[in-house]
This record gives sequence, structure tokens and C-alpha cells, in this order.
Amino acid sequence: MLKFLSILATGTLLLTGSVTAGSFNLGRAATPAEVAAWNIDVRPDGQGLPDGRGTVEQGDEIFAERCAVCHGDFAEGVDRWPVLSGGDDTLTSDRPVKTIGSYWPYLSTVFDYVNRAMPFGDAQSLKPDEVYAITAFLLYANDLVEDDFELSHENFTSVLLPNEDGFYMDDREASPIFKKRDVCMTDCKADVKITARAQVLDVTPEETKAAEGAQAETEAASAELAPVSLPEPVAAVLDDALIEKGAKVFKKCKACHQVGEKAKNRVGPNLNGIIGQQAAVVSGFKYSKALKKLNDDGLVWSDENLDAFLTKPKTFVKGTKMAFAGLKKEKDRVALIEYLKSHSQ
Amino acid sequence: MSERLKSPTRRNLLKGGALLSGAALTGAALPVRADDPAITNLQPWMQELGDGVDAMPYGVPSQYEAHVKRRTVEWLTADRVSSINFTPLHELDGIITPNGLCFERHHSGVAHVDPAQHRLMINGLVDTELVFTMEDILRFPRENRIYFLECAANSGMEWRGAQLNGCQFTHGMIHNVMYTGVPLRFLLEEAGLKTNAKWLMPEGADAAAMTRSIPLEKALDDCLVAFKMNGEALRPEQGYPLRLVVPGWEGNMWIKWLRRIEVGDEPWHHREETSKYTDLMENGKARRFTWEMDCKSVITNPSPQAPLLHRSGHTVLSGVAWSGRGTIPRVDITLDGGKNWHAARLDGPSFDKSMHRFYFEFDWDGTPLLLQSRAHDSTGYIQPTKNELRAIRGENSIYHNNAIQTWHLRENGEAENVEVS
Repeated sequence: MLKFLSILATGTLLLTGSVTAGSFNLGRAATPAEVAAWNIDVRPDGQGLPDGRGTVEQGDEIFAERCAVCHGDFAEGVDRWPVLSGGDDTLTSDRPVKTIGSYWPYLSTVFDYVNRAMPFGDAQSLKPDEVYAITAFLLYANDLVEDDFELSHENFTSVLLPNEDGFYMDDREASPIFKKRDVCMTDCKADVKITARAQVLDVTPEETKAAEGAQAETEAASAELAPVSLPEPVAAVLDDALIEKGAKVFKKCKACHQVGEKAKNRVGPNLNGIIGQQAAVVSGFKYSKALKKLNDDGLVWSDENLDAFLTKPKTFVKGTKMAFAGLKKEKDRVALIEYLKSHSQ
Repeated sequence: MSERLKSPTRRNLLKGGALLSGAALTGAALPVRADDPAITNLQPWMQELGDGVDAMPYGVPSQYEAHVKRRTVEWLTADRVSSINFTPLHELDGIITPNGLCFERHHSGVAHVDPAQHRLMINGLVDTELVFTMEDILRFPRENRIYFLECAANSGMEWRGAQLNGCQFTHGMIHNVMYTGVPLRFLLEEAGLKTNAKWLMPEGADAAAMTRSIPLEKALDDCLVAFKMNGEALRPEQGYPLRLVVPGWEGNMWIKWLRRIEVGDEPWHHREETSKYTDLMENGKARRFTWEMDCKSVITNPSPQAPLLHRSGHTVLSGVAWSGRGTIPRVDITLDGGKNWHAARLDGPSFDKSMHRFYFEFDWDGTPLLLQSRAHDSTGYIQPTKNELRAIRGENSIYHNNAIQTWHLRENGEAENVEVS
């Protein structure tokens, strides 16, 4: 390994000599458009960056709409979703907080990752300018630029992250563990004491027959509750313009929820038919205790209670695992509910 | 105990027999019991006809094996899509992991890729940027190799102390299967490497578009582009229809749903090799590119999920060992927390960078035991204790915890995950 690394360092890999090309005559040449479609990766030296630009202010707005549901308005992280800001001076503490500001070595990593894999559940939907703007906002959220900053392909490589020098090549093989060659086999120690036990922490997943039985019971109960005699849905006349607005608002929900013909349960249950549906009855979805209690109480989702839920989910249902902070604007909630109604008929 | 398989000695038999109350010690020292209804009663399967041949065109395990399954630890991750589950090591024997029990780790869920729409592109520092269909891939010469795949974070929850009760949870981010695939070198040679080519960046077709940087030397040495595991097509959760095999190196590099390999002259420093899969040390600096999986072992039986129900008497202890740097020629076992060690018996095939199976048969006297296994690999490396590892690494590095595991076996046959002095 060390030997290999030194080869890398000197930049003379004595391997290419043995490589011969084209011996099987398989495959075909990729077209420039095909390579361009997939070749989206970005390196620390800026290779692969598309042309574009975005400001902190623009990024703030996009982040609030597309990212904050999981990462929080200030990139502080919701529930167990990744924290993207803060964490300064924590790397030597008992609880290191590894963020873009405190840990990541290169800004190109942020751009590349957001561009290829985010938003969660709607990957590769952001335009280059939007990725620049989000990246600029994340720099701002980490106190690395001012609020009037604009990031572009022109100034990108001039932005250095604080922890760039915080990494070094694997040197495990230099450690004493790799030098050890002899082991003691008899009378190796006089006394042995137990110094830590898993049962003190007790975080192992419980899986007794009783627990499985309880889950089966809940499922059975849901199955029983599902067909309760709800009033026959009357096809209401819906406002198409409002549905269209609602579809835009639904982007915030898409990281976790699906709706429509092929909708499946994801992080959250599929929302087909949610209006007029009893709470917590989507089969195959594992609800929180709080949602199951709503089911026990016989709650049926309506315009009114869904509006209240969407305003502040955690206030309306204390204990819901829905991480979403809520829709502050009434017109967003009205449009979203109209959109969900269009998938409830 | 010798390393060869042998029958219990007369001394052991007598010792075992003495513990059985009411046993007549004449001839074989076995107890006299009431008639066994499993023999005296006619069971339904002895009388009724069973299923016909087509009852199950793709066979599944017995209904009595329903407890043998992958399990997750819900509090580890924010949701089920970007999450992990664990191989039930305590339910398995030999060295091969059945396909349906191989642990899963996805970053954006399991992609269900249509092989007819799947392409593998090679681009970057090559003479000709190429595209292969699955049919093209199947026309290259193939190799069959058995390798373990271990997540770098396996045992990562155990740095600060004993935390999870069960080898499925402490060590289950590993599986060992036979891959059928094309040596990556053949595909690269087909495209023709430019002289300044030094690094590769494989990329997945899933919504995470997972990427890692791999040095060219490894790619040309033993990497495979695999399409079969244990003889059948890769499972979707293992990257169907195509995955990269990077023998002995951390599982995150074995890109699933492999759709592209870019050739470059520098590493890419992408998210999975900077923000994640770097090993934070006590001084706040982090090791990067810690690729090899260090030599490691664990006793799978007994363990917290697999108690010794027979209590005392002749006992089979079993476990697995592996190293990302070679084979496992030796495993030591202690029953007393490390005061005295014994040679385990390795059984089954020994392949490079594959799991190895070991056994230690002994006569348990029914007193509490502190069980540990210590593996040695073919480079001479010896699996360290937790304290030896923590002295160098601190407790914050998450990845590459290959320390010796201790199970405390109580009189009642139950085992607990503990640490010892």
C-alpha cells in the first residue's frame, strides 16, 4: 500500500505499457451528446463545472423551497437529516458535527453532489444557475461569504473551504498495529473485568414475538377500519388554475410523498385519495404512533383538518415523523389541498 | 484443542455424562427419557401428500426459517430509503451468503433498472470513448471469484463502547458471494488508456448517481464488472444488472447499477470520499482513501441472538474471519476474555479476500465465559483489541473498526455484547 502510494506520488504508474487497446472489438464509440448527457462530474480544480451563476439571495429562496424540508431553513438539519452548516471547532470534541463549513475539503464536492443527487427524490432537476445559487447560499449559511455574494464558474475555484488541509493519505500501515507479529497464547493476563455492556445502553432493535404480534394487530385493525362507511365521494368541480399552483407547491412534498397513477409509499405514504380518507390507512406504510392514534380516534382528512396539519404538522399531530416544518402561506395550503383533491376523485 | 476434527475423548464424555442427573453410566452415558412424541406420533407430513413440483417455481426457505432475515436499526438513519440493513450472520454457516440475505445499503433507494435500457459508458482519458450494452458485456471473457464485501462502517456503532446486542448488528454489514464478471481491465483496454490515466470514477445509474475515485492500479489488478452473484443475476438491491467488484476494499466503492466509468489523472474528491468514508482521528484531522478492509473476525455462534440453549456439554463455537489483504491462515479463540488462547479449526475453502469459516469445539462446563476470536491474515497482520485500535484512532472515526469482539456467555446460555479489561 505505502509502496503503491509512493508510486502515485511520483506520478509514474508503470502499467500503461502493458495495456493494449481494442482486442475484442466490442462496444461502439460514444457520441459527444451521449458523453455530455452523463459526464456531469466536477473536480476540485473546476474541471466539469458548467457555465452559470447564482447569488446567496437566490439560493436562499431555492433552498427554502427545495431543500429546507430536510435540511432546515438555515441548513441546520431537521430530525436526523444531514446538518449542512455550523459545527466549527467540533472535530476534536466527543460529538463532531461534520458540515460543509467544518469538515468538507472542497466546494466542488458540494456543487457536484447537489447537482447529481439532490433534491432527495427529485435528482438532477436543478438548473446550473440554481446549483450555483444553492452552493452560494450554503457558503453564506456557513459564514464563509457575505449576503451579497454571487458564485459563478468564473470565481468558483477561488473559494477555499476552511478544512481543506484537514485530510491526509491513509497511513494505517505505519501504525504499531501493523508491526505486531507475536501474540501471547497462555497466561496472558491475571485478571479480566467487564468494562462495558450493551445492555446498559439497550439500543438493540426489539423483535420479540409480542412486538411482531402487535404490529400484525395494527395492520389488521387498519384493514378493518379502511372500508368504514364513508359518504360516497361527490365529484366536486375543481379549479384547474389552483390545481396547477398546488402542483408547484407539491414540489416541497415530493422528496417524501408521491401522488398519481404509479404513486408508491416512500419516506411518507402515497397521498392518492387523501381527502376524505381516514388517517393512517395507506397499506404497507409504517405510521408513527401519533398517526395511528388519529386513526383510532376516527379522524377523516378534510379541507379543514388538513389545512391545520399543513400549517404546523408537529403542532397538529405531536409525534408525527413528518419532518416538514409547515406551509406558512394560506394560499399555498389552499392550492396544495386542491391539488390533492384532484388525486382524490 | 487440536486444529483437526476429532471425536470427544472418553474423559470428556465422562465429564459430560456426570452432569446429567439420573443417567445410567453404563455404556454410552445418555439419559433415559420418556418416549418422544416426535417419534411416537404420526406427523402430518408423514401421511399427507406434499406440494407438487411447480408449487414454487422459484424456491424459498422453509416456513420454519422465517426468522432468518435481514434486519435494520431504525434509529441509525433518517429514513428507510437512504439506509442500511444487516446480514443475519448468526443464522449462516460455511462461507457463502445467500443472495436474499446479503445486507443492503442504498443512498437513494433500490433502482429497478431495465437491462435492455442499461448502458455502460467509458469516457475521459481513453483513445475511444465507448458504450457497451449488456449483450456486449456478456461477450467478454469472464471470471468467477468469491469475495467478501464489507461496508467501511461495519461495527461503526461500537467505537464508544459495547452498543448493539447481536453479531447481525455489530458485524452484519458484510456478505460473501461468488461473482461472475468481466475483468475491468478488459473493458479499459478496449477503450485504450491514455498515458496520463491514473484514476477511475465509476458512477451508478440510481438517483444517488453514486461515485468514488479508484486508483488505476487497483482497477487493472483484480476489479470485476459483475453481472451474476452465486450463479444468478445480481439482485436489484445489489446493483442489477451490473456492479463493480473491488476486492478487499470498502463496500461503498463497489458501485451498483454501474453505468459509467470515467478515466482521469486526479481523484474527484466526491461526497462519498470526503464528507463520508474519511476517518476522523482524535486530533481533528482525517485519513482519506482508507480503501482496504483490515483483517477481522467475529464469533457468530454463540452470540446474543444465538444463545446456547443446550447449556453445558459438548459445544460447537463458530465464526467468520476475513481480510482485505489476503487469506486467513489462523484464528485464535479465548473462552476467558484473553487469559488463554486456543487455535480454532478453519474449515472450508480459503480464498483471497473471501470470508473464512472457523470452528472451536469444546466441552462447556456451564460456567460464564468471555468469548473472543482473533484473526491473523496472510500478511502477518493480527486483529487488534478495541483498546489498541482506540489508542491510535480515538472514538470518532466511524469507519474501519476491525477490533476483537467480546461476548459474555452467562450460565443460562445467553450472550451479551461486552468489553473487557
